Amino acid sequence: MSTMELKKNKRSPHLVAVNVLVHILLGILALIWVLPIFWIVLTSFRAEPGAYTSTFLPQGYTLNNYIKLFTDRNVLNFPKMFTNTLIIAIVTCIFSTFFVLSVAYSLSRMRFKFRKPYMNMAMILGLFPGFMTMVAQYFLLKSMGLTEGSSIRIGLIIVYSACTGLGFQIAKGYFDTIPRSIDEAAVMDGATQWQVFTKITMPLAKPIVIYTVLTSFIAPWVDFIFAKVLCRANADEYTVAIGLWNMLQKEYIYQWYTCFAAGAVVISIPIALLFLYMQRFYVEGVSGAVKG
Amino acid sequence: MAGKLNKEASAVESFAKGDLYTKLSAVFMGAGLIGHKQIAKGILILLCEIAWVIYMIRTGIHSIALLPSLGDAAQEKVWNEAKQIYEYTAGDNSQQILLYGVVALFVVAAIVVLWILQMKHSYKMQKKIENGEHVPTFKEDIISLFNGNLHITLMTLPCLGILIFNIVPLVYMISMAFTEYSKENEKLMLFDWNGLTQFQRVLNMQGNIGRQFWHVLAWTVTWAIFATFLNYILGMILAMVINRKDTKAKGFWRFCFVLSIAVPQFVSLMIMNIMLQPNGAVNVLLRNLGWIGAGESLPFWTNVTWARVTIIIINLWVGIPYTMLQVTGILQNIPNELYEAAKMDGAGTVTIFFKITLPYMLFVTTPYLITSFVGNINNFNVIYLLSGGGPTYVGDTAGQTDLLVTWLYKLTIDQQYYNLGAVIGIITFVILTIVTLVTYRNSASYKNEEAFM
Repeated sequence: MSTMELKKNKRSPHLVAVNVLVHILLGILALIWVLPIFWIVLTSFRAEPGAYTSTFLPQGYTLNNYIKLFTDRNVLNFPKMFTNTLIIAIVTCIFSTFFVLSVAYSLSRMRFKFRKPYMNMAMILGLFPGFMTMVAQYFLLKSMGLTEGSSIRIGLIIVYSACTGLGFQIAKGYFDTIPRSIDEAAVMDGATQWQVFTKITMPLAKPIVIYTVLTSFIAPWVDFIFAKVLCRANADEYTVAIGLWNMLQKEYIYQWYTCFAAGAVVISIPIALLFLYMQRFYVEGVSGAVKG
Repeated sequence: MAGKLNKEASAVESFAKGDLYTKLSAVFMGAGLIGHKQIAKGILILLCEIAWVIYMIRTGIHSIALLPSLGDAAQEKVWNEAKQIYEYTAGDNSQQILLYGVVALFVVAAIVVLWILQMKHSYKMQKKIENGEHVPTFKEDIISLFNGNLHITLMTLPCLGILIFNIVPLVYMISMAFTEYSKENEKLMLFDWNGLTQFQRVLNMQGNIGRQFWHVLAWTVTWAIFATFLNYILGMILAMVINRKDTKAKGFWRFCFVLSIAVPQFVSLMIMNIMLQPNGAVNVLLRNLGWIGAGESLPFWTNVTWARVTIIIINLWVGIPYTMLQVTGILQNIPNELYEAAKMDGAGTVTIFFKITLPYMLFVTTPYLITSFVGNINNFNVIYLLSGGGPTYVGDTAGQTDLLVTWLYKLTIDQQYYNLGAVIGIITFVILTIVTLVTYRNSASYKNEEAFM
């Protein structure tokens, strides 16, 4: 169904039929996509306990799941997990934003011998399964004494931010679209490369800066597997993701299932809002900064 | 001659042609710089060398010397006369020996690189003095780090991070593939090198591990092809349908689909897992609707074929909005001038689509297709959170929906078969390298990264 065909058949009954069909189809698809989210929101307000119920929709509604989530500190200490994750996320965000933007700018704007080899290296390293390094990273952190007690947090921060220099592609793509003539003019006026980077490119690349900040802030909230490997049984250092995962394990699921739903909603709302906000920049990021 | 002069002298050449100071810096690194008016830099390099020598004497040499044997003192029970008890001797920890050995080798490699660089640099400075050129002062060097050499300032820390927390662990893990390090045969404390034994085991179709490997590999490739191309094609169709001129409420439709990726993936996957359990919401809904009997449930995770199809379909739920989002951006991003120029030349909509839209899309999305294929081969989250690799036959370590990467996780974290895990990782890497290099090197966007700039 090409647009050309449609244009030619303007106002024909055929077009009306196609339009109705398209909208019905989109409606069904949208329902499929939204339904699980809708269901989990309902479950988070469900009054009956337990994981599995005999009805699709809850029979009674309550706010207790949310209250329990934020006040019950005995079994699964969600508030503590929340602060842990927040701290890790803030520090990680600072480091990885700096790393990503630095690497992306260097690769986009500077020309040096190591440039192509670096880009190839980044590609090759990306081909290894993540777990290969995860196990070894764990041993490495262990030999540095970063796998016990509160130093686990430092370990997690290191792991989340150390290798972010490999994820430069989107930011570099954006920098590539900023015309070089702007830099050249600035250099002509006596600006150093550092000044070009901080005073010219950064303000022009605001969308991608925000995008990078937000993605690196979100990463620790949604990673659960490395946090799980590194925290092991240190419940004090758990992040939100491990907490939610634990709520679904056999020993907790009956008591905590509806709280899991509440936690999922609580975590998803800010991340969803950030994402919806970011999405604009993301599209811009692909499409380029300075137009015309 | 002129061409030769422009070429930078190699480290060996620098040594051969260098004066006394340059020659001296072959042993005392930095001497050549100190002798050629770059005192501060020279001293810094010399300090590096001193630190390295101290490290080598204290632990480095020992670490490397232990590498070939990986230690041989087993943990033993010793009778302590004074205390009248049995005590355990520490014994050698091969895993640690291997790690320290790998780190020591990296330190040696780093100093070799530094040596080469300072040899070349020293000779360069010597030449400058001989030709009566200006030798940059320390202050000028620092200033250039924020100007012409800004990339050094910006990239040092990220590169160090990658080196220490990606490359070193990777080499360490790769080296494990050639050892006995595994819970099998109690080789967790003291183990030895054993060459390619584990590779043979994995690739041998007759053996138990080998049989599982080929099964998992076949499913991994099938999964990656389905996941990548179905997502790409359906996502693009969805984007085009939404972007149609006559589609109303474009923003609303886009919002509905984007909402599902705005929710963190691990949350939505866990929700899906729960919903599709034998007594989960979907089966309950079907029972309430009367589509299946009261006690019945659809075997989403318990039947192999059901589980595989379910995973692919749920992955569509996860992936289509991503593709849609990306394609929408690129579709909107095609420069208008291209269309206008084509229209001026009298091209029709079809011609424009085939000559401009499609090449542009492929140009921009080839790397995307490759990354998403690689991402799917290594897609841990979807499998681990949805089916956990199951259903698993008795006696197998790999479940029927396990990908190489989730099997790798099970082998290393759950079973502690570190050597087998490392072999699986290496094989995954080899497969991906071949696929990627062939496609990437042939893609237009690699050959000419500035074509559409």
